Amino acid sequence: MQAKDIYEKLQKEFGEAIISFTQEDNVEDFVTVEPAKLRDICLFLRDEEDLDFDYLACLSGVDYKSKQSDDLGVVYHLYSVALKHRFVLKVVLNRENPKVPTVENVWKAANWHEREAYDMYGVIFEDHPNLIRILTPYDWEGYPLRKDYKEPDEYNGIKVPY
Amino acid sequence: MGLLDRLDKPFESGGIVLGVAEELLNWGRSKSDWYLHFGLACCAIEFMAANASHFDFMRFGCIPRASPRQADFMIVSGTVTLKMAERVKRLYDQMPEPKYVLSMGSCANAGGPYWKHGYHVLKGVDRILPVDVYVPGCPPRPEAFLEGMVKLQEMIKNQAIFNKRKKMSAEDNAAIEDRMIQIERFRQQFDDYHNQEDK
Repeated sequence: MQAKDIYEKLQKEFGEAIISFTQEDNVEDFVTVEPAKLRDICLFLRDEEDLDFDYLACLSGVDYKSKQSDDLGVVYHLYSVALKHRFVLKVVLNRENPKVPTVENVWKAANWHEREAYDMYGVIFEDHPNLIRILTPYDWEGYPLRKDYKEPDEYNGIKVPY
Repeated sequence: MGLLDRLDKPFESGGIVLGVAEELLNWGRSKSDWYLHFGLACCAIEFMAANASHFDFMRFGCIPRASPRQADFMIVSGTVTLKMAERVKRLYDQMPEPKYVLSMGSCANAGGPYWKHGYHVLKGVDRILPVDVYVPGCPPRPEAFLEGMVKLQEMIKNQAIFNKRKKMSAEDNAAIEDRMIQIERFRQQFDDYHNQEDK
């Protein structure tokens, strides 16, 4: 099934919660959705017979900071092993309060991916069973991959800059 | 060779071997360095190549030890992240004296390619432990690594065990002498101060 068809199917089911469908050159077609409805949409994508997205290929955090916007985001790359089609789902979040429901209870693979997005971008995945830092030390301050991140001068008494 | 002759024919020379105890001890120490087996990043892959049959690291008398308590020296092979730095320090502290550190590759020497934008990388392992030998390269070839090992052996061989002060350079001795004079002066001031108080 093509991304366009999936988008229409989603729109029929969820209406307002599906914000936009984007088709650009050299980029996979993607659908932007409302964060509040994300879990229901993901369950629908997984359980519907002609969609059957049983595999979360990738979950990544994004910082969209630029002159025009100040947003964070999360991108979900889905794949169906049985039907051999793929789909990209995006949510856009507020930098001050970046909250999105977890999809850990939809695809187990999301557990560590969400911890990584939390570690690097500070995205809060609500109802995640174990939302702690995964790469940096537990007592690390700040979210390193945010574009406004400042390198610390010192970590536990060790000088950090060169 | 004289030493070996006497060992081969012990009775002809009366079974006595003459030598310097320090040289004997240092010879033994330098020819059997056991190292803490501790790989951190891609340098560890190169280090595995040095361990394999082509380069045969064990011919230096180096045996890998899994425990820091049995190791004479530590090879820091790779990028030391800040998270790992605490562990590296703890492992170093567990090693018995005398202990040595061989820093392998650009990352362990000075942060390597992460020197500017690596918020998570320790910019040189010498910020947390004293390093004896630096091996440059990214990663170093096994030949470079073996050269570093020879340098470490040389260092251990020439190390003073007895009469350390006599073998130190004139400058170092002068520095120690200065320091002793300074300490003596402080002690004198301290005593004077307290004597005045007593009166």
